[in-house]
Amino acid sequence: MIAGLYIDGTSPLHRAGAGIKILAMIALGTGVFLIPDWPVVTVILATVLAFYPLCGFGPSVIWAQVKPIFWLLSIFFAVQLWLNDWQAGLLVVTRIAAIVLFASLVTLTTKTSAMLASLERAMGPLRPLGVNPEKVSLAISMVLRFIPVIATVASEIRDAQRARGLDKSILAMVVPLIIRTLKMADDVADAIEARSFDPDETAS
Amino acid sequence: MNTKDIVYIALFAALTAVLGLFPPLTLPVTGVPVTAQSLGPMLAGAILGARRGGLSIVLFLVLVAVGLPLLSGGRGGFGVMIGVTGGFIFGWAISAFVIGLLIEHFWNDLTVIKATLAIGFGGIVVLYALGNAWVAVAADISYWQATVGAAPFLIGDAIKVAIAVAACLAVRRSYPLISKAR
Repeated sequence: MIAGLYIDGTSPLHRAGAGIKILAMIALGTGVFLIPDWPVVTVILATVLAFYPLCGFGPSVIWAQVKPIFWLLSIFFAVQLWLNDWQAGLLVVTRIAAIVLFASLVTLTTKTSAMLASLERAMGPLRPLGVNPEKVSLAISMVLRFIPVIATVASEIRDAQRARGLDKSILAMVVPLIIRTLKMADDVADAIEARSFDPDETAS
Repeated sequence: MNTKDIVYIALFAALTAVLGLFPPLTLPVTGVPVTAQSLGPMLAGAILGARRGGLSIVLFLVLVAVGLPLLSGGRGGFGVMIGVTGGFIFGWAISAFVIGLLIEHFWNDLTVIKATLAIGFGGIVVLYALGNAWVAVAADISYWQATVGAAPFLIGDAIKVAIAVAACLAVRRSYPLISKAR
């Protein structure tokens, strides 16, 4: 099983429900776009940053969230500086940083299992629209089970094509990978049906 | 939707995650990284069709959103998804759906040209339209400026369209899953 991005802790944010945190994230993401005022957004960013030590995360965790977008933020700041002024640049950078850092905070403090459980609850009301939570749960557990399997198949194919001198060809890698995945899917579907899973049966 | 459809959807979501494990290629001169992962939506649409292909990418995105590090480079979580390049990530689902629709439309007499049109339109035109719009809003720049900024990535995506076209035609010959009669 693949490990999530969750970091264990006991802070209030760790204990808060996944649904509430997701709603707060949506509210913050909308809020910073509705207030085009850099001092306010800077205060929001500072508040978000203050949550990190509160949750027991050090500067290295904060940097790990900022690092992937750091060069993009620098470019955006430079573009705004060139087109408008430094206030506009600061607004863009603080806005994106606030959203990304808060969203990462939600991910870091919420277990994948808790997130999936609230997803399943949220899917309940969608049933009349044709969303079947049982099917979705089956699909989710299958993805998690088959990522390592397909990764193994991929490395087998890579070895086989290397022996043929085809290791530089992406196509020689991708086509067998797809065919083997599709063949595997047929076997898995047969196995599921042999165990009497009926996708159209409504849950009692 | 029968059991087999669910399995196809799940396994292509897993395949997209595995494509993210391949080390990215760095293009000469520009230094733009090209990942194999964005092949996932093209392949899902072109091989599974609109509905199953689109749903398999939606499923993949749900798993990224709940905090699994499945995006290339081990990234994941809400931060990446609603960050600057979020439009390209959400766009994958729509891109897969559009590619699927077009491939289904051309299915009975699919040629290299038609497949290139379908995958190029869904995988580049549609995807960049959404991705650039998102960047423009997030960075407060004009749509045109966002388009210019994204241009260096086109080379990598053109290569991926070519790979997806070849893969789509090869799989169509050996393991066809889309039937036009619907």
